[in-house]
Amino acid sequence: MSCSRMEKKILGYLDRRLKESERLEVEKHLAGCAACRLRVNGFRAVNGLLDELPTIEPSPAFDLRVHARVAAEPMKHSWRAWFPSPRVAIVAAALVVATVWVSTRPTNTQPQIAQDDIPVLENMDVLSNFDVLTELPPPAQVDDGGQQQN
Amino acid sequence: MLDVKAGDEQSFTLLLHRYRSPLVNFLYRMVRNREQAEDLAQEVFLRVYRAREDYVPSAKFTTWLFRIATNLALNSVRDTRYQRMEISLDAPVTVDAEEGEEKTLDIAEKHPNIEQHLVEETRKKMIRHAIEKLPEKQRAAVLLHKYQELDYGEIAKILQCSESALKSLLFRAYETLRVELAPLVAQHGKS
Repeated sequence: MSCSRMEKKILGYLDRRLKESERLEVEKHLAGCAACRLRVNGFRAVNGLLDELPTIEPSPAFDLRVHARVAAEPMKHSWRAWFPSPRVAIVAAALVVATVWVSTRPTNTQPQIAQDDIPVLENMDVLSNFDVLTELPPPAQVDDGGQQQN
Repeated sequence: MLDVKAGDEQSFTLLLHRYRSPLVNFLYRMVRNREQAEDLAQEVFLRVYRAREDYVPSAKFTTWLFRIATNLALNSVRDTRYQRMEISLDAPVTVDAEEGEEKTLDIAEKHPNIEQHLVEETRKKMIRHAIEKLPEKQRAAVLLHKYQELDYGEIAKILQCSESALKSLLFRAYETLRVELAPLVAQHGKS
């Protein structure tokens, strides 16, 4: 392995992310190359030095500030908000389909004739030409004198 | 995050508790100012909250989270650099005038072994300055690699580069640190 190829493998080697064959190849190179060995040890030392930096804790008010900023966010009205939940949508769609089906299905146009109506229908001509009698004719004069004498 | 997307506010609080410390530390090491780091971390959480409905778990949540944080940090560092350049024309910033850091002498006065403490503080300051001197992208790569222990693929996604470009970036960064910290590296080697 060349030193320039070694440059691409050095971090993987230190991070232990190389395949076994690659690791053996790197170690073989390091055994015979003082410059690369120095670099690997230097990288290892830098890694250790970076561990010396202390960590900081977020201030006690950090969470409160985040929650306050989240609470101040305007309500998001996305196009999805206009759509109901899937369950409601299914029920609503079913209702629409049922309404359409009921309103468009063919209905029985033959009127149902009750048995009692048949005599009326038979005399329909008479009934339709029937005039209300507004003036009654005078009663017929009956000669009943002889009968009284008897 | 999927629970947050479903509207579970408790899950957002859990996310906040789990990631606030790594985020604040990453941002602090990027921008070198505690107050600014906390502001940026709050902004990260706010953006996560805003994007919750559109969140698609195509990558790991940490990758997405640190991608937001890195972009904010890089923008902030660039903005601050221009501000500092403007300020330096009138009043040069001294090395010890770092914001957000406790004054060394205040602690040293309370410390039983002042000399030892000062040596440690000097070491830390050297390390901090070596990191700070790295170009922003290299700095972000080192911080994500060293402190977040993310794998190369994740860091490459965060920095929006190929995995081989990232390895090259990391190699150059560690090589610069090795040279910058040579006196400490030599001490480390002996110990």
